[in-house]
Amino acid sequence: MTSDEIIDLVEMVVLVAVLVAVGKLFQRSKASGRLGEWWNSKSRVEQWAWLVPLIAVVVLIPVINPPFLTTEPGTNFPITMFNCALYALVALGLNVVVGQAGLLDLGYVGFFAVGAYVAALFTSPDSQLSKIPYLWTLPLAMVVTMFFGVVLGTPTLRLRGDYLAIVTLGFGEIVRLLATLMPPLKGNVGFQDVGHPPGTKADGGALFANTNGTPWYMLTIGIILIVLLLVGNLERSRVGRAWVAIREDEDAAEMMGVPVFKFKLWAFAIGAAIGGLSGSLFAGQVSFVNNQKFDVPTSVLFLAAVVLGGSGNKVGVLLGGFVIAYIPFRFTALASYKYLIFGVALVVLMIFRPQGLLGARQRLLARGRQAYQRLIGRPEQLSSDSSLVAEKAGDSA
Amino acid sequence: MHHLITYLADAPWITFNTGAFSDQFWASTFDGLTYGSIYALVAMGYTLVYGVLQLINFAHSEVFIVGVYATVFALNAMGFGPSPVYPPMVVLIIDLLVAMVAAMIASGLTALILERVAYRPLRKRNAPRLVFLITAIGASFTIQYLIFVWRGGSNAEPATIMFVPDPVFEVFSTIIDSQQLTIFIAAIVLMVVTDQFINRTKFGRGIRAVAQDPDTATLMGVNKERVIMLTFVIGGVLAGAAALFYLMKVPQGASFNGGFVLGIKAFAAAVLGGIGNIRGALLGGLLLGVVSNYGVTLLGNSSWTDVVAFVVLVVVLMVRPTGLLGESLGKARV
Amino acid sequence: MSDTPEVEPEGGIVAELEHMTEAERAAHEAEVAEAVAPDREIAVEVGDTLLELRDVTMRFGGLVAMDSVSFSIKRGEILGLIGPNGAGKTTCFNAMTGVYRPTSGQVLLEDRPLGRAKRHQITHRGIARTFQNIRLFGEMTALENVVVGADARHQTSVVGALLRLPRHHREEREAIDRAMALLEFMGIADRAADKAKNLPYGYQRRLEIARALATEPKLLCLDEPAAGFNPAEKDELMGLIRKIRDDGYTVLLIEHDMRLVMGVTDRIVVLEFGKKIAEGLPAEIRDNPAVIAAYLGVPDEEDTDGAA
Ligand SMILES: Nc1ncnc2c1ncn2[C@@H]1O[C@H](COP(=O)(O)OP(=O)(O)OP(=O)(O)O)[C@@H](O)[C@H]1O
Ligand SMILES: [Mg+2]
Repeated sequence: MTSDEIIDLVEMVVLVAVLVAVGKLFQRSKASGRLGEWWNSKSRVEQWAWLVPLIAVVVLIPVINPPFLTTEPGTNFPITMFNCALYALVALGLNVVVGQAGLLDLGYVGFFAVGAYVAALFTSPDSQLSKIPYLWTLPLAMVVTMFFGVVLGTPTLRLRGDYLAIVTLGFGEIVRLLATLMPPLKGNVGFQDVGHPPGTKADGGALFANTNGTPWYMLTIGIILIVLLLVGNLERSRVGRAWVAIREDEDAAEMMGVPVFKFKLWAFAIGAAIGGLSGSLFAGQVSFVNNQKFDVPTSVLFLAAVVLGGSGNKVGVLLGGFVIAYIPFRFTALASYKYLIFGVALVVLMIFRPQGLLGARQRLLARGRQAYQRLIGRPEQLSSDSSLVAEKAGDSA
Repeated sequence: MHHLITYLADAPWITFNTGAFSDQFWASTFDGLTYGSIYALVAMGYTLVYGVLQLINFAHSEVFIVGVYATVFALNAMGFGPSPVYPPMVVLIIDLLVAMVAAMIASGLTALILERVAYRPLRKRNAPRLVFLITAIGASFTIQYLIFVWRGGSNAEPATIMFVPDPVFEVFSTIIDSQQLTIFIAAIVLMVVTDQFINRTKFGRGIRAVAQDPDTATLMGVNKERVIMLTFVIGGVLAGAAALFYLMKVPQGASFNGGFVLGIKAFAAAVLGGIGNIRGALLGGLLLGVVSNYGVTLLGNSSWTDVVAFVVLVVVLMVRPTGLLGESLGKARV
Repeated sequence: MSDTPEVEPEGGIVAELEHMTEAERAAHEAEVAEAVAPDREIAVEVGDTLLELRDVTMRFGGLVAMDSVSFSIKRGEILGLIGPNGAGKTTCFNAMTGVYRPTSGQVLLEDRPLGRAKRHQITHRGIARTFQNIRLFGEMTALENVVVGADARHQTSVVGALLRLPRHHREEREAIDRAMALLEFMGIADRAADKAKNLPYGYQRRLEIARALATEPKLLCLDEPAAGFNPAEKDELMGLIRKIRDDGYTVLLIEHDMRLVMGVTDRIVVLEFGKKIAEGLPAEIRDNPAVIAAYLGVPDEEDTDGAA
């Protein structure tokens, strides 16, 4: 190992240790760690009062370019931050499927790829299709990937859960192969000059140039906030409850009147749509799409982001996405080991800390806080574990 | 949208080469059987582990690829390389057997370590199935990139040629060569031995007992942990044998992620035959080998074989999720 | 991770109950009962056949778990289903709730066959059940578990939930209110906020009943609800089951405890080795020689079967 590698390794370990410590702080519901309790005791309004400045800081990070966090001179910091935000969005989408509904989707990159190709086909001059404004490709990508999600999910979601894993794994690979084999998708040559949102800078250049990460980052953060809100709405509704019920005990859920297949398909389709959305954002920022970036390892990275952050926890998976994207940019000496690191991390996490950095904390009732208060005068016991934590002995039968 | 569809449909990106297909029908069949017997050997590993633990061992493809590397190194040490060497028949056979044993040991050990390090701690904790699957993915990834780092990149190892296939006899005016014959016969023999082992011996009875009902088996004095280890090792050993045959067919087959696609195909074969069913794995493997070879001939590009295999998997799951011969090693599960 | 905070409830309805006067408490209980009572149309009159099994046979390979079993349940009654271990009682529930499709024969609810209805559709049509081995959603709180049951009657679509349309708000409020009332009714409201997996055993059993009631069933099927209860708890449960019936539900009860069965049921059906061997009033069943033989005639039968 070179000294660069050692420095990077040490720094990375420090970073992860800090994250784990923060996660623990949040998780402790009794005695010492008051943070999580304090947070839960706040009303929604108060929570937002804290969140707004926090979000402001997050939005401005590429401009602030803080010293320890920066990835320069190696990689332009705003670009790094855009990638982090993009992975966070991907993780948020995959979390709907894996974390909330408990369906293992290993071909998520396939949906990401479909989204990217939608953006490319409808905006790049290399495509023979009629062009539409770039921003329209975002919803279009969602619709198209949702369609793919339904087509793939319909035959497979009725089957045993683990078959889904292998079928989606195959799907991811097929999308890549088709991109190679189908001439209209231009294989390795790809599509140049994928579109971007309108807007010019003071100097007349495009605001959303592919060298200018900040606006892309901010756009992505904006989208994340909207998606977060919508996914949160789902979580605290009969849909979110149905997902968790399916994850916990599919048969019991069905016998309590949950249309299991329908809600699994919804989870799959919503996840796919968010994946497609991320794909078209990616295509826009990189401004070039070919068949090289959508391989299975990327799918596994996406999964690692969800698991690392805390499968089932929206905030956790955002953090997981950030970390997974950030590490290779920041610790460049380790970049060639990144897949090895994340592979080992997956195994180690599953064995020692399956709930991830932050455990799942799902609230499943709209205005449930008031209900608990009215009924028994104290807040509910949040699920601080995730779908990935062991069942108690005897429950497994 | 309409525009997009006509655009994709107009492009002549898919052609059905029916002429080639009928010309090469028997050749593709025999070659398909050869590949199929390799799939079948690897499929055994999936099927056995699934039968006993209800776990898709995603890392089994890496157990296999470790065997491929072991074969390459063993053969290189014995003087085989990119250009064929022509040792006397007896020496050649011994060399190949030595390489096969090396691969079996390497793959078997990998499977064993995998079981001990990755899966056993989860079993102890009674972890949910999702956790097992994610661990399996992580382990598969870890082994791949250990190889990647060790070999300093993604390049495949230089070709290793074992022998040049000679024609042996002719059926339907199609030549069967010595390589096809070796692979097919050796694979079938190994599968039959395994089948007998599982069905006739005391160890095999233990495996079947645990597959059927782990709790009762434990009560009856079966050592479940030992059975699980044994299952992994058998799967690994068979994958090691498959590694040698694979390298015969694909002399440049040793690359860090070379096991991935083969793994998916072998799994598809196991599902096709009925996962948990040993004879099903054989049938599924052969069938999948033949069908995806037909696909290649028909579509005229070997890249399609993966697409065909995948489509076969999905269709089987839709039409008959318990596979052709039904799931058997374990009980029928609701 | 069972870090249940052992703090006393600080307020809320549950705590207030302690300080209420008799009259206030009665008024509150009436309110709860109002919320618990089902609110839906049932096609048959009280006393008419609500559910009927016609020659239902259930085979597993060579084993005949139910052999041409026929009986019917009248609206408003409590029917006991008894029989030695392995007699096919749970299988009977499974055939009624769509877990298995009968090998032959028919199950009719309100004179309409269940046919190929899916499990969740059967719940919709009005059969709800509990499980012999408790199957709660462990990571959800008690209240959330019951709300999942209540969701069965709701129509909010994914889009409605996504955009929080008015219907979502209304149904969410209704579901929570109903779930809270059911928890109080079952006497487990004080642990409403705890995860199901952290609840004591007795609470879990009663939570299962609350969850099943939340689906507003026409027929409630209880599979050994008193298993593992002490006599005092069993008495309490008997009272609850009667209250449930008085609220307008029909109850099918599997139970081994003869005192409980005899005390609470209106009529009893007896299975043995998958066959119906008797049917009648509790007093008749008690004196039926075939039933006595099934339970006592072969003295060690229950023990040997119990091990399976
Ligand atoms: N899925 C199945 N596959 C095979 N056999 C089954 C299955 N389900 C039940 N059986 C068998 O059917 C018979 C009846 O079982 P069932 O569970 O209905 O009995 P039970 O009356 O509920 O007994 P207990 O009082 O012990 O709960 C048993 O012999 C059981 O082993
Ligand atoms: Mg039973």
